[in-house]
Amino acid sequence: MTAYATQGFNLDNSGRRIVVDPVTRIEGHMRCEVNVDKDNIIRNAVSTGTMWRGLEVILKGRDPRDAWAFVERICGVCTGCHALTSVRAVEDALGIRIPKNAHLIREIMAKTLQEHDHAVHFYHLHALDWVDVVSALKADPKKTSELQQTVSPSHPLSSPGYFRDIQNRLKKFVESGQLGPFMNGYWGNKAYVLPPEVNLMAVTHYLEALDLQKEWVKVHTIFGGKNPHPNYLVGGVPCAINIDKDGAAGAPVNMERLNFVKARIDEMIEFNNNVYVPDVLAIGTLYKQAGWLYGGGLSATNVMDYGTYEKVAYDPSTNQLPGGAILNGNWDEILPVDPRDPEQVQEFVTHSWYKYADESKGLHPWDGVTEPNYVLGDKLKGTSTNIQEIDESAKYSWIKSPRWRGHAMEVGPLARYILGYAHALKGNKYCQRVKEQVESSAQAINSGIPKALGIPETTYTAKQLLPTTIGRTLARALEAQYCAEMMLEDWKELVENIKNGDSSSANVEKWDPATWPKEAKGVGTVAAPRGALGHWIRIKDGRIENYQCVVPTTWNGSPRDPKGQIGAFEASLMNTPMANPEQPVEILRTLHSFDPCLACSTHVMSPDGVELTTVKVR
Amino acid sequence: MNATDSISLDDDNAIVVLGIGNVLWADEGFGVRCVEALQSRYEFAPNVRLIDGGTQGLYLIQHVQAARRLLIFDAIDYGLAPGTLKVIENEDVPRFMGAKKMSLHQTGFQEVLMLALLTESYPEQVVLIGCQPEELEDYGGSLRPSVKHALEAALTLGIERLQAWQGAPQPRRVPLAPNEAVTLPSLALEHYEGGRPDAETACRVGDDRFLARVPS
Repeated sequence: MTAYATQGFNLDNSGRRIVVDPVTRIEGHMRCEVNVDKDNIIRNAVSTGTMWRGLEVILKGRDPRDAWAFVERICGVCTGCHALTSVRAVEDALGIRIPKNAHLIREIMAKTLQEHDHAVHFYHLHALDWVDVVSALKADPKKTSELQQTVSPSHPLSSPGYFRDIQNRLKKFVESGQLGPFMNGYWGNKAYVLPPEVNLMAVTHYLEALDLQKEWVKVHTIFGGKNPHPNYLVGGVPCAINIDKDGAAGAPVNMERLNFVKARIDEMIEFNNNVYVPDVLAIGTLYKQAGWLYGGGLSATNVMDYGTYEKVAYDPSTNQLPGGAILNGNWDEILPVDPRDPEQVQEFVTHSWYKYADESKGLHPWDGVTEPNYVLGDKLKGTSTNIQEIDESAKYSWIKSPRWRGHAMEVGPLARYILGYAHALKGNKYCQRVKEQVESSAQAINSGIPKALGIPETTYTAKQLLPTTIGRTLARALEAQYCAEMMLEDWKELVENIKNGDSSSANVEKWDPATWPKEAKGVGTVAAPRGALGHWIRIKDGRIENYQCVVPTTWNGSPRDPKGQIGAFEASLMNTPMANPEQPVEILRTLHSFDPCLACSTHVMSPDGVELTTVKVR
Repeated sequence: MNATDSISLDDDNAIVVLGIGNVLWADEGFGVRCVEALQSRYEFAPNVRLIDGGTQGLYLIQHVQAARRLLIFDAIDYGLAPGTLKVIENEDVPRFMGAKKMSLHQTGFQEVLMLALLTESYPEQVVLIGCQPEELEDYGGSLRPSVKHALEAALTLGIERLQAWQGAPQPRRVPLAPNEAVTLPSLALEHYEGGRPDAETACRVGDDRFLARVPS
């Protein structure tokens, strides 16, 4: 048994061990083990990345202009973010500035991705951690209709007949035994607190979201040529602009296409306002009323982002979600973050399956080393091919431990919203919308929704509401809402710029490697849906010399570091009570609130290592 | 045909040809390589859409919903000899894409098929042309010879099916323009294989998803 204190948590691995082991190729390659005390409260958490990501090394020697195409394949859901980060890193290294149209088009693509990813994540991957599908079958469609009109009066799809139809469709589906996406849920677990009507409303919106998202991704097709793997280009965007041309396929972007994009943006805004944000607020209110305020973890103390959404290209002071670092929960002080500074972002490997010459020190990504070293601790239970319990005192993850000035940090929409709110309180005029959103959400959760539903009002502050699992899920919804609104501004600016006669979409002055310096290094950052994403590149003789990606899940899913500090996933699980440890609804709910990529098949092991069941980590 | 344009996907008679898999993991790239080869060698009727599905899982839902007929190419672990092809049809497809020991993104794709069913936009016909992979644990690697060999036979099976579906496949008269390709020139098989760094520079140790293998 070991027990020690770190970052305000008391880690104690003496209780029963629960092992949740997703196994997958594509995303969220992780396993999670926790110890619970006699009251089933989580007292120790261990997050293991079970996949070796050797992307960095397969890029060596390749053409830097091709790197985006490779990184687009790292993962099934973050394609566009990796591609964008990559072209930014190469442009930074070579001193390439992109034209205004390219900036605006990239902004629209990035924000569409954000909206799409957030909405899909909530409805398709995360909602089932809150919503009991089987309970939805018991809902009264008439009451559901009343509920819908209470929580979102402007949403047109709200008649009792509409909900009855959906319920019948769902019944038919469940009865046919084809549960599909709803397979392996812990339906009926006490950890689900919503009444059947809220469950039916949420399931209905799941289907509405499914219908809309397929239209939204067409924005990527227009600017990126295709979906699901849109094209990117070092120096700009790979689409020609000719506003007066007619819309033959493959033709330049014209007004008809731009109007199509505008219609999708309007649709996103309406969906966020009428469906997504009200749903999250309603679900959040009811879970808070049930006392579920867990899952904050590191977000209550340490958050970080590089900053994003420049209103004016190449001027980070105009970031509409400004970056920085907050330590120890001090929202009054925002520390500047510089991804180039070798003292700031560093990756450690004391608990990761990699080898450094001196593992007491971290390495900045420009000097990063990715050399695998799969060794297991002597307290491991099981064998190296069939691990029953990992030994967290030794190396235990394929994820490195990135730290900012030595601190473990949480990244993601919640981190960006805490930073945005803190910046707005200090008077930053580019992110006042964040403050409005946070305050109106707090108002809705404390009094608006309780009044409408006839339940007691509460008085939570933003600082109590945000650093929680619910806050993480809410921040994602608010970010989607904000992105759609910003996108409308980007769209207007783009159309105006084109109408003023600027049809430039790429800067190809430095396309030819003969124009490049012998050696160069650069960094690109993007606010990916899951958090701060950075790529660091070194170019030598026109070829990639070193490439390192520090992805959001590296930050959040990182194992312990030389000081024994735990990562954000681990911290978020601490002190959460479990209704039934053999049905880890609470673990999945909090881990999913980070959006750890995509569908992972998971095995839940009982304390003695027997496989209990297979679940979906969504 | 304009394979790059999914804006006009709303065609009642759409035939969708979907290649699934991750080109960075050796034989996992089988499905995508099939689509790449099909498009570079053949032309089709306008209602045929070729899609490089990668490992997009759920995000492929609209392509499945849009299909009246769906042809899938994928690496599937049937427990057969490497390079063996097996064609699965209609109601058997979800089962084959969800069973254990499949290449792992399949679980996600079974869910996509179920969602298409739930939304009542399920294709009338679904055909899966699966190939038994030889090697998956070679990051940055390409198709093994057995699978590369099987790819030719898989294309023949696919073309036969597309003919039966009146997708009108015929050998390409004009070479495919790079911007028309559903796959990327920089990831195209030859370029991908030719530009691979050597094992000394770039470690090729595979994935240890199950923590089951010690890298050598």
